[in-house]
Amino acid sequence: MAEKPSIHGLVADFDSPERLMGAIKAARKAGYSKMEAYTPFPIHGIDDAMGAKQSNLGYFVVCGGAVGMTIAILLQWWTGAVAYPLVIAGKPFFSFEPSIPIIFELTVLFSAFVAVFGMIAMNGLPRLYHPIFNYSGHKAITDDRFVLIIEASDREFDAAATRDFLAAQGADKLELIEA
Amino acid sequence: MAELSQTVDMKERLSPALTTGRTPSYHDVTEAVSIVSEVATHRNWYIALAITSSITGMMGLMIAYLVATGVGVWGNNGPVGWGWDITNFVFWIGIGHAGTLISAILFLFRQKWRTSINRFAEAMTLFAVACAAVYPGIHVGRPWRAYWLFPIPNEFLDLWQNFRSPLLWDVFAVSTYGTVSALFWYVGLIPDLATIRDRATTTGRQIAYGIASLGWRGSATHWKHYEKAYMILAGLSTPLVLSVHTIVSFDFAVSIVPGWHTTIFPPYFVAGAIFSGFAMVVTLMVIVRWIYKVEHLVTITHLDNMNKVILATGTIVGYAYATEMFISWYSGNPYEKYAFMNRAMGPYAWAYWTMVSCNVISPQFFWFRSLRRNLPFMFVISIVVNIGMWFERFVIIATSLHRDYLPSAWGYFRPTFVDICTFFGTFGLFLTLFVFFTRFLPIIAMSEVKGMLSATAHEKHYLDEAVAASEGKEHVGAAH
Repeated sequence: MAEKPSIHGLVADFDSPERLMGAIKAARKAGYSKMEAYTPFPIHGIDDAMGAKQSNLGYFVVCGGAVGMTIAILLQWWTGAVAYPLVIAGKPFFSFEPSIPIIFELTVLFSAFVAVFGMIAMNGLPRLYHPIFNYSGHKAITDDRFVLIIEASDREFDAAATRDFLAAQGADKLELIEA
Repeated sequence: MAELSQTVDMKERLSPALTTGRTPSYHDVTEAVSIVSEVATHRNWYIALAITSSITGMMGLMIAYLVATGVGVWGNNGPVGWGWDITNFVFWIGIGHAGTLISAILFLFRQKWRTSINRFAEAMTLFAVACAAVYPGIHVGRPWRAYWLFPIPNEFLDLWQNFRSPLLWDVFAVSTYGTVSALFWYVGLIPDLATIRDRATTTGRQIAYGIASLGWRGSATHWKHYEKAYMILAGLSTPLVLSVHTIVSFDFAVSIVPGWHTTIFPPYFVAGAIFSGFAMVVTLMVIVRWIYKVEHLVTITHLDNMNKVILATGTIVGYAYATEMFISWYSGNPYEKYAFMNRAMGPYAWAYWTMVSCNVISPQFFWFRSLRRNLPFMFVISIVVNIGMWFERFVIIATSLHRDYLPSAWGYFRPTFVDICTFFGTFGLFLTLFVFFTRFLPIIAMSEVKGMLSATAHEKHYLDEAVAASEGKEHVGAAH
């Protein structure tokens, strides 16, 4: 990182998801690429509009499930056939049929842990500070405001020109925020 | 003219209003839900807490007495080795199933009406699982050894659990279910806790809700991973919830006791669980929506839909009872036949017919729309259903056990006051947890309701267009 910009970006505050989506599409068309939106609820199609990639959480969850499944098989095989072999009802020490319920449960358990903690980690949470908290109206984001930030590190960013551009998209409020 | 009215009706049917009165703005939703945890604590809240926590305390005393004395303080006896302990365990686990059904299965089926009740129903799941979890630990005889249920290496234990036993499968199923339900519930809460954090006026609230919401910002990136995680959890919870009551039913079905050893148990238990769980949601929702003034968000339409689920699952349960009876005759097995004849006409006939009238007959009233939308009526039926479902578990357990193969090993189960007070006490625990939940946490998933309002606004626009087109009117097209 060469130099740290003291300005994080320009905030544009909208009153509806439709306006926000319109602004994102226009900004992409105008050549901006480093932007982030903040909304009170997930908005359908916003990732495509911003050109963001799909979440790859699913791959981690599959790995978590595989680990859970392996542990369940090893646990039941090792305890039943190695550590404490005991003939129960004339059955083999280990067989798959009665092991299925616990294999299923541990697969689900490990997958769920990875889904939740993976989501939290990929979102960089828990986190105490973020530049968006410098925006005077940030507390309304979790209520009913739809906010777009064009970051100062964007090649196209120019405080005055970007401000005019976002004002033209119908933003109710514009504000430069510090990093 | 007839066609016209049909079209209008179709519109309502395709997209029934999920809020009543003026369509609320996003801010109205925040306001209506958050205010509950922000106003000064009402005197009645303390009264409610005092009552419910005293009942919980009584449960604690009963458990202390049980541990100090032994399981002989319960009515369990020679032939009836499982009494109210397992009955109540299965009863509470079953109640929990509606919460997961609403949060996961209805989510995957894109049922929008679930959004205003899912948070509440998920909380009910957690609290019901907590009540159920009281029993397995204390019914083992030596509760200080209850951790032997889990495969934990320790200095006393050179042997390992029998993984061929359905009772051990149950330990894994119920603990997984409790854990995954808690995770799912918490993930749903994060954005709403952030809303309350951002509205906080005192430092204490800012810190408490700030920590709980992990610094959630609501960025598009956050929502992207969040939605993926939510979808995955719903996908995992769907087979999980079906597996839990399936495995609970294995506790019975895998044994060779006549009356228990039947292959119909897994689907029949799952349907019964959803049936009782939805009844419990209706019982609680009728009260809570009134106390916390959220009738415009949890509307009669929501309750109507839940009553339809009660009708469907209640009918499945009735069908299962009939199938059991038929198979006991058709199998030609004299022990099986005797077990069922004894169930319907033996010493527990009173319990059997209570079960049939509560579970099979009472939900049939919900064929009538006016009754499905009648608050006092549905409140009564929902309680009757849960009485019936409690009796179902009691009938399955007690009637199958109380007459062994030899008449010398016959007996009768009578609960003691310890049985009764412990069971009553679990309701205290359930309600105490609810009293805290409704006071400090958002009882309606705000972000989801807002998303639903936004989507409905879109859909309404398209429906208006479709109706206009079908009426042959020229639509003044708005560009999308």
